[in-house]
Amino acid sequence: MEKLLLLGAEAIAQGAIDGGMSGVYAYPGTPSTEITEYIQNNKTAIEKNIHRNWSANEKTAVEAALGMSYAGKRAMACMKHVGLNVAADAFINSAITGVNGGLVFAVADDPSMHSSQNEQDSRFFGKFAMIPILEPSTQQEAYDMAYEGFELSEKLGVPVLIRFTTRLSHSRAGVQRNEIKEQNTLSYPEDPIQFVLLPFNARKRYKGLLDKQVLMEEEAENSKYNIYYEELNLSGEAKLKTDKSFGIIACGIAYNYLMENYPNRDCPYPVLKIGQYPMPYKKIEKIVNECEKVLLLEDGYPFVEEQLRGFLDKSKKIKGRLDKTIPRAGELNPDHVAKALGKDVKAELKIPSLVANRPPELCSGCAHRDVYNALNETMREHGKQKVFSDIGCYTLGALPPWNAIHSCVDMGASITMAKGAADAGVRPSVAVIGDSTFTHSGMTALLDCVYEDTPVTIIIADNSTTAMTGGQASHATGRLEEICIGIGVKPEHLKVLTPLPKYHEEMVKVLREELVYEGVSVIIPRRECIQTVPKSKKEKRIKTEEVV
Amino acid sequence: MKADIILSGVGGQGILSIAATIGMAALENDLHLKQAEVHGMSQRGGAVQSHLRISEKEIASDLIPLGKADLIISVEPMESLRYLPYLSESGWLVTNTTPFINIPDYPDMNELLLEIEKLPHHIAINADEIARKVKSPRSSNMVMLGAASPFLDITYESLERGIQKIFGRKGEKIVKLNIEAFEAGRDFAIAYTPVGSS
Repeated sequence: MEKLLLLGAEAIAQGAIDGGMSGVYAYPGTPSTEITEYIQNNKTAIEKNIHRNWSANEKTAVEAALGMSYAGKRAMACMKHVGLNVAADAFINSAITGVNGGLVFAVADDPSMHSSQNEQDSRFFGKFAMIPILEPSTQQEAYDMAYEGFELSEKLGVPVLIRFTTRLSHSRAGVQRNEIKEQNTLSYPEDPIQFVLLPFNARKRYKGLLDKQVLMEEEAENSKYNIYYEELNLSGEAKLKTDKSFGIIACGIAYNYLMENYPNRDCPYPVLKIGQYPMPYKKIEKIVNECEKVLLLEDGYPFVEEQLRGFLDKSKKIKGRLDKTIPRAGELNPDHVAKALGKDVKAELKIPSLVANRPPELCSGCAHRDVYNALNETMREHGKQKVFSDIGCYTLGALPPWNAIHSCVDMGASITMAKGAADAGVRPSVAVIGDSTFTHSGMTALLDCVYEDTPVTIIIADNSTTAMTGGQASHATGRLEEICIGIGVKPEHLKVLTPLPKYHEEMVKVLREELVYEGVSVIIPRRECIQTVPKSKKEKRIKTEEVV
Repeated sequence: MKADIILSGVGGQGILSIAATIGMAALENDLHLKQAEVHGMSQRGGAVQSHLRISEKEIASDLIPLGKADLIISVEPMESLRYLPYLSESGWLVTNTTPFINIPDYPDMNELLLEIEKLPHHIAINADEIARKVKSPRSSNMVMLGAASPFLDITYESLERGIQKIFGRKGEKIVKLNIEAFEAGRDFAIAYTPVGSS
């Protein structure tokens, strides 16, 4: 088969397509977005009509994937780490129900928070759900793990989590493909109550999951992704000498950073490379018992390290993030590893002091700029008031020159936080949320406001796309007013505006009126994202040409 | 052969087309390649970089270690300096001198150029102006690739074929404009004498 140059995320996508997947379900989120985008544009996926439309959020994505698995077919749900929080209920319970068709969750963590609110490590979620976790170190392993993940899931009868980080997701390298597997045929689960988690059956299913742990541990112990390099060096040749004063456990991409520090792959210490969990306990016991000290290399939280050390261990035998051998927070890199190994890191040149920070900003011509100009002018009339906001491009309104918003917590939180503040007595209480974030997790928040007719002003900044992640389709496009009216917003307090400098006065007037209204009002400033305008105009033109 | 390259610029300036072209040429020569990119929030006008590693041998890390880069190619002058700790002592810095000013505290241009000229191995090129001169104003990226090409252990022909592959679907005219921009950048670099050198 051919060799491709793929991002880690794309390698997972290609692996899943070749592995006989019938559908992918996802909500965009950096650094996971490219998995689904790749499948959407892939010729084979289109020909085989693999399901590849975006879902409203990560929870609906996981549930739809579980439904496809119920029907006997192979499905994948993809998300960023914080998306797994949204999907957690479905995710954890899918381990209890188990699967019918193979089910893979591909979750991308973002250590150093390049584009995220936190750097939580999804391996904890995998352990929490008690399912196997695969953690690739290379693009090739990312491909192989997705390709083989469905079969592992079917063999064990549980979903499988592929956990990877930003660096692998957004780095390109050569990937060797395998033969394409056929998709599964439609079939119901053999046990008619497998998916009925009523207490009597949930207890039975949970016991089954506990019993399966032994099998999962055996799989991990014998996995080709968990390799103990004791007598061999990292290129598989016999070691000239083995120095057991030190042992190294490297998980996922951390293994690459270790190798980088041994250009000839001649690391004298025993090395355990981990790419599959539950942890390979026997191999870990061996390296820990044989070596005087053990260094843990993990890109993310000290997941393995904490389990090895426990809080009672005062022996200082285990080195890693917890004892600051590696910085406690942030992305791992080859330089951290070099320092931990006692090697010199030579950065001769410094960044000159005149180099200024260059944070991201709203694009020139972006509609959010006009929304914030109008909002700031109106809010000034109310003194030093705060505005609750959400996750998307418009979050950049928290930075100068706007300083227009004062919260960004989780998807949909702007509306519910504004409600809580209004309940506490804040007037005016204002939320700014994007159209895609609104349909992701804002609709139920709006329902809470409508239920009590809470005095909040909700601005749904509608740019008709999921902009921050690169312009994916938004479920809200063309139906925002219907949704709001359907939820119960009074039509006279649902206002649609066009955010352009020439309509500034009109926007200010509408905002001024609605901010003092003692009930729910929704304002929708609507103008398409300037990044997607050329694309959608082009598509329209092509469509018109086709009609002609 | 080994080349560790940092590409830098501002989100939206399109440093990835330079990376993609070098990548194509590397693949044609059966070289190993790893290329780490920045996606997401920073693409909105923030500082962006890409680590591009090419080697005859298998490459371990997706990130270049500090002090190990052979080359920094920057499409923006201030951004070229942001990654100096990655540059090796013998490494070259090749940068565009046309600033992209989207922040209020952008440094003084003369001081900025002085900082660049302090480096023993640098090429400062007004890629935007050269691109306009060869009547391909949108090809300043390819001017930069051309200016960096003498420091790449990849043949001129391979890089040219890389440009053809990357821009091929946009038509012959676009390919030609980009190759002309590439050549102009290359000619400039070969003739370049840093300020202050004799």
